[in-house]
Amino acid sequence: MIAAWAQLATVRRLPRISLPALAVSSLVLVTLALALIFFVVPNDANQGFSQRIFYFHVSIAITAYACFIGGAWKALVHLWKHDPRADLESYVAVHQGVIFGVLVLVTGSIWAKISWGHWWLWSEDQLVLFLVLFLFYAAYFMLRFSVDPGPQQANFSAVYALFGVVLIPVSFAAIRLAKGLIHPVVFTRHGPNFGGWILVTYCVAQAAMLVFAYTLYRVELSGKRIDARLRELRIA
Amino acid sequence: MTTAEKYVTGAYCAVFAVVLVYVVIIALKLQRLEREVDELEKKSG
Amino acid sequence: MNYLADVRTLARKDLLLELRARDTLPAMLLFVVATFVVFHFTLPAHSSDLAASGLLWVAILFTALLGLGRAFVPEREQRTLDGLVLAPCDRSAIWLAKSLATLAFLVAAEIVALPVFALFFHGVGAATIGGVALADVGICAVGTFLGAMAVATRARDLLLPLLFLPLAIPIVVGGIGASTAASPGRYLGFLVLYDALFALLCWASFEYVVAE
Repeated sequence: MIAAWAQLATVRRLPRISLPALAVSSLVLVTLALALIFFVVPNDANQGFSQRIFYFHVSIAITAYACFIGGAWKALVHLWKHDPRADLESYVAVHQGVIFGVLVLVTGSIWAKISWGHWWLWSEDQLVLFLVLFLFYAAYFMLRFSVDPGPQQANFSAVYALFGVVLIPVSFAAIRLAKGLIHPVVFTRHGPNFGGWILVTYCVAQAAMLVFAYTLYRVELSGKRIDARLRELRIA
Repeated sequence: MTTAEKYVTGAYCAVFAVVLVYVVIIALKLQRLEREVDELEKKSG
Repeated sequence: MNYLADVRTLARKDLLLELRARDTLPAMLLFVVATFVVFHFTLPAHSSDLAASGLLWVAILFTALLGLGRAFVPEREQRTLDGLVLAPCDRSAIWLAKSLATLAFLVAAEIVALPVFALFFHGVGAATIGGVALADVGICAVGTFLGAMAVATRARDLLLPLLFLPLAIPIVVGGIGASTAASPGRYLGFLVLYDALFALLCWASFEYVVAE
């Protein structure tokens, strides 16, 4: 069992999807998602047009989690296998996670304003969780850039990324526990019932966001790697 | 769709279109740069 | 058990150093009492007991941060961390020893702080004390770990609160729940879970923090 996991962590060159192909696929998927979200899916019975933001909000949230988990995985690969590429990959994944995390906060805030009249709701678990995670991962960057580039910077970042991924469920549990104390549940949200087009639209939106995030990740990674290689070429 | 809703739809579509086209352009540029750096590395050995 | 002997030796060293220098613990004591006095003035008149309980946890958190900020300073200044790392002991023993020593300071500070709080505001029940004890374990485990990282950076004491506070949020939730909820059991259980998870994570990854 452990040997199988160890194999996974070994750096294997997956067939590398070319960057332009990836970018075009995310263009296609996002366009499809937008078409479904705005022109196909019927209005929500309770909240009307404004509920559509949820297709973005939820898919972006899941994408952010995926980025953080990916970053933690690469961090583990770095610490365990000493793969020289893993540190940068972990950093870029966390960076994308923070970008999408901020988008979660923005979309959630817009929804809160439209639905409940307040720009912020402490009763929305997902929103509070992303606030805590934003604080945590913002500190990631402070930590990383407070150390000179090298093995120590990589190790610190990797360990901190692992803490982050453990913090996600623990924080979520804490927020749920806190709700029982501080806010008797005042705002109830009617969950979407996944009939017909709603499920399809959500799945397409989720796929679109994941591919889009992966494209951005590859773009940033490629840019940074070219930077590094050029620097080395200049010295050589 | 009301007028306001049309504006929101238009805004989302416009922003995403611009961002995604930009990403495609950057992706193409990066692919070219990667190839050039590969050649440079081969030349300098 | 060589490991435990190493931990004991290192912890004893920290406690002895503090006993001789006598700077961190008095500072923490004074800080926590001063904070309580500030709270009295910042709490509006006729505030509930709940508000005061909340502020107790804020005070504990920031007093702990004060102590944690100092935890690795002697190692950095005297450059003893390199020596410790070269020593033939498991690296995680350094973390464990330092956590235990910091825990001792924090508990010592609270032995004074809690009665003072009871004097100034309202009584402190068994659930609160249990919550404080469990929270201390989590605070010291995670705080010591982060302190070791922070001390190696350029930003140093600026960085520790930034790293620590997001991770401290679940601790505070557990603590305030234990203090104020009708059924504190859930919150105490949650603190146990937090302590176990993060202590394990710290213990397993400390060697990467001090390795080169």
